[in-house]
Amino acid sequence: MAGLELLSDQGYRLDGRKATELRKVQARMGVFAQADGSAYLEQGNTKALAVVYGPHEMRGSRSRTLHDRAVINCQYSMATFSTAERKRRPHGDRKSTEMSLHLKQTFEAAVMTQLYPRSQIDIYVKILQSDGGNYSVCVNAATLAVIDAGIPMRDYVCACTVGFVDETPLADLCYAEESGGVSSLALALLPRGGQIALLQMDARLHQDHLETLIDAAMTACKGVSKVLDEVVRQHLQEVSVLTRE
Amino acid sequence: LSLCLLFRRLDGRQTYDYRKIKITFGTDYGCCYVDLGKTRVMAQVSCELVAPKENRPNEGIMFFNIELSPLASPIFEQGRQSELSVKLNRQLERCLRNSKCIDTESLCVVSGEKVWQIRVDVHMLNHDGNLMDAASIAAITALCHFRRPDIAVQGEEVTVYSPEERDPIALSIYHMPISVSFSFFQQGTYLLVDPCEREERVMDGLLMIAMNKHREICSVQSSGGIMLLKEQVLRCSKIASVKVSEITELISKALENDKKARKAGGRCGFAESLPQERITALKMDEMPVEVTDVTEQAYDIIQKTKEPPQTVPSPLVPAPGVGQVDQGQQNTWGLEEEEEEREDGVEEEAVMEVEQQKEEESKGAQRYFNII
Repeated sequence: MAGLELLSDQGYRLDGRKATELRKVQARMGVFAQADGSAYLEQGNTKALAVVYGPHEMRGSRSRTLHDRAVINCQYSMATFSTAERKRRPHGDRKSTEMSLHLKQTFEAAVMTQLYPRSQIDIYVKILQSDGGNYSVCVNAATLAVIDAGIPMRDYVCACTVGFVDETPLADLCYAEESGGVSSLALALLPRGGQIALLQMDARLHQDHLETLIDAAMTACKGVSKVLDEVVRQHLQEVSVLTRE
Repeated sequence: LSLCLLFRRLDGRQTYDYRKIKITFGTDYGCCYVDLGKTRVMAQVSCELVAPKENRPNEGIMFFNIELSPLASPIFEQGRQSELSVKLNRQLERCLRNSKCIDTESLCVVSGEKVWQIRVDVHMLNHDGNLMDAASIAAITALCHFRRPDIAVQGEEVTVYSPEERDPIALSIYHMPISVSFSFFQQGTYLLVDPCEREERVMDGLLMIAMNKHREICSVQSSGGIMLLKEQVLRCSKIASVKVSEITELISKALENDKKARKAGGRCGFAESLPQERITALKMDEMPVEVTDVTEQAYDIIQKTKEPPQTVPSPLVPAPGVGQVDQGQQNTWGLEEEEEEREDGVEEEAVMEVEQQKEEESKGAQRYFNII
């Protein structure tokens, strides 16, 4: 990968974006009639589908019921056709379990679980096409699905993956940039309060650059939250028009 | 599981203090034990020649594995792949593999055919909080300590020399990433470094920052359902850089000592270090505890407790068959008081007896002296 220039001299990246530009976000809510809430989100070439069931009674192990809160159960999986090479184990491998744990942690912080004691909320996310920023796209899709299901949340949860190349933070990494050995930071943010629900970083980065990187991630997340807000309002308009008629 | 939150911790540490870290090495190269307070962790590094991955033909393979067995703590069950085990495994992998602390290209023997696969196994021996930090220290120390066999490549033939024929070579390590864990309580208002097991049970969330001594952050991971603010993360990273430099020094010193001990030909290893532990096992590590306010607090507590209820002069025994609901409690108090009085009486008697004995002894002694 030595020949690929992640940031050219004129400031353009591999796909022609500028350093702080996000990929094009397209989303649809309410794609499935069966589930309580569902959403489909595309961010550039990364496509994710999120489905929410709940809140309902605890299934499976009754012993895990919490008396004052709802349990959030997340499952993250990738379709076998989502990556360049066919993925042999969509569930159960360590990376998927780790992602599921992170999603669970993010939504436990954001969803108002105190309103549904002794119940369970299921969030299932599937990546249909993976082109970088898997975690962020999952979080954004799941946010829309939870809103579609009508479960109250403290704020939109927006996530973005940013990388650091040549002293410049790059917002919303694609797969080529992620695998090029760039230090990447995935951040899940509740935009109104500026609270970080999850922070995850790999690869070496000097401590002084951490602040710039977190700032860039927060601005990118706020951009994403505006788009998500637009999508939700549009969906509500469509739905209310249909129900009125 | 409710702990009252003081500004001081259970074992007398300050909020930013680490527990005492002790590093010992085993007889083989690459075997290392780390004690973080009472948390005990063992790491073993081994290597073998395998075929490389297809998409990376000239790089060696690193494999990390953390074992949580019930011997470390009753919380861990026999069946593997619990959430915690996956989390720790992934964190260690990300901390050590993605930061590229080891030069994997130097592990290549014949490109596309034979490379070294380095396997790091970390076993938890005792769980007293903060497994991640202990595991990362153990893993990186074991990697620094490990020596792989020397090899010679002649054309297509690869000869592996045993340790007797040629000295084994150390791995080339660029930097030492060490993880520091911070635990948050009460929605981020309180922050503690290096939580012990009890603190871990009641904490809201955990932030793990892995850094090396060049102040480069290798990995950041927040877990638990807490919300952080940017300033908290930055503050934690500054604290972490200080701690990491201390720990790195400790590791280098331990490695130096071990090298000297091996050169001197002294027997080294776990079996040697264990008897020493038994001798000093009775010695409690001294921890500086702030006792300045204790007397005042004790005084306050005594004043605040109510006076015990007035003792009943004579124990009221209700007539048999009469149930007195109101005075039931008083009655038991009365009985207790009576018991206490009786006990006091017994004590006094005992004291008097002792005094009498003493008097007798002294009289005896006097008599003795008088005789003399």
